[in-house]
Amino acid sequence: MNPLDLKTMPDFGLSWLDASGPHSDIVLSTRVRIARNLQGYPFSVRAKPADRAAILATVREVLERNARLEDAVLVEVDGLKPRRRQILLERHLVSRELVETDNDESSSAAALVSSMSEPMGLMINEEDHLRLQSLMSGFSPQDTWRIVDGLDEELGNELPYAFHHEFGHLTSCPTNCGTGLRASVLIHLPGLVLTKEINKVLEGIRQVGLTFRGLYGEGSEVIGNLFQVSNQTTLGKSEEDLIDHLHKIVGQVVEYERQARSVLLRDAPNVIEDKVWRAYGLLRYARSLAFDEMMNLLSGVRLGLSLKLLQGPSVYVLNRIMIFAQHAHLEEASEGSLSPGELDIQRANYVRTALGTVKPPSAESSD
Amino acid sequence: MLCDNCGNNEAEVHLTQIVDNEMTTVHLCPACAADKGLDAGASKNPPLSDFLAQMGKGPTAEEGTFAAGPCNYCHTTVDDFRRTGRLGCPHCYSIYETQLRAILRRIHGSTQHLGKVYVPPASDAADRAQRLTVLRRKLQRAVEAEDFERAAEIRDQIRELEAAIDV
Repeated sequence: MNPLDLKTMPDFGLSWLDASGPHSDIVLSTRVRIARNLQGYPFSVRAKPADRAAILATVREVLERNARLEDAVLVEVDGLKPRRRQILLERHLVSRELVETDNDESSSAAALVSSMSEPMGLMINEEDHLRLQSLMSGFSPQDTWRIVDGLDEELGNELPYAFHHEFGHLTSCPTNCGTGLRASVLIHLPGLVLTKEINKVLEGIRQVGLTFRGLYGEGSEVIGNLFQVSNQTTLGKSEEDLIDHLHKIVGQVVEYERQARSVLLRDAPNVIEDKVWRAYGLLRYARSLAFDEMMNLLSGVRLGLSLKLLQGPSVYVLNRIMIFAQHAHLEEASEGSLSPGELDIQRANYVRTALGTVKPPSAESSD
Repeated sequence: MLCDNCGNNEAEVHLTQIVDNEMTTVHLCPACAADKGLDAGASKNPPLSDFLAQMGKGPTAEEGTFAAGPCNYCHTTVDDFRRTGRLGCPHCYSIYETQLRAILRRIHGSTQHLGKVYVPPASDAADRAQRLTVLRRKLQRAVEAEDFERAAEIRDQIRELEAAIDV
């Protein structure tokens, strides 16, 4: 398994940005992860550096023999500068805990493994010893689950997982035990927000055992009308049932969102069109953009594309902006740290360039 | 995080509101949330941290007798668990089994794993026998699900294992 140089692989872990999946005008991505721990070692929170090193070595040895991970790369977090760690976090490839820890011991021997040909990888020595994960474009819970399941079957044949006859897979936090499975979709719901139906929908989601979070997971705020919807429980249901349930409920939310959008187009076409074009105009010409402002404007443009009020840019370009106009990505591109003011200027520069490289949305919009 | 209203107490109720198409999240302590008539949901389903805080403060009918701890393998105490919400090692699940059963029921509504049955890598003949049992269960499930390709794979694995035991 090769080490990774982030500099030479600018799109590492970002294949989902291509918006090739089902319903990708509303659902940005589907993620499935499962938590696994090895028998014979304390969980990460109690593990000594020697335990962690042994876990990494054991897992690595098994991964080296795995045909599906033949082209995978391995990133050891220990050797990464804080900004590089932050980049992995901004790409949703590692957890906040792993990046923000100031205790070297609790992050030692942590690693990220990612296949270069399949949307599949794992985190080692995270909150749990192993977090197998897959991240795919659009709304594809079943496909995403199958990828993780396949990898789990293969690794489980060689690694002794901590498993209990009643409680299932044992995890550091009891909220994850059993299947260890968390499936989540990142979904864009401006129609439900604008029609003020969103609270009803979110309440409904909660009542059927799902939960929602902001863009950066647990504890993060909702920005740009983006919600991460995921299963709340991991024990007492089979993996297939958890996945099917999420698929069914989120499928309904997608349907509600489409209905809300057609209501908006029917009842307030001028307001919506104005909103979309103002958002595009600000992104295209602003000289300074705060992250939250940019996310709200991207939401407007994303809505406009889906409603065909704009012909371009592509959803792919919007997805890229969302990732590359984040703090650490901008600093990496400028090869230095940026003050908050400079950061907003760099962000506006990046967005203008990204949008400027595509053709104007339609004839009447020529500058 | 402190309460947005009084600024004194820890916020435990997080309310997302939409006013004039702007979404805002208000963070309130239980007292201020109750003043605003928002405590109904919170009291119905107290957060895990509240429940953990109750651990070790005497047994209840639901929780049973409190185990002494700490874990004899990783030395995690109930206090550690209460503070972090994390267990220290797989053995903790046995040491604190009674308490965990109550916690798991509260979190998940169940304590029984119904997902895939994990078959540990076999190391000796005793393991093989146990593995066979599990494989036969898997075979049964695959046949029920009409996944015949998988069933054939499992059948081959069973034959392989049976041959190994006969030797």
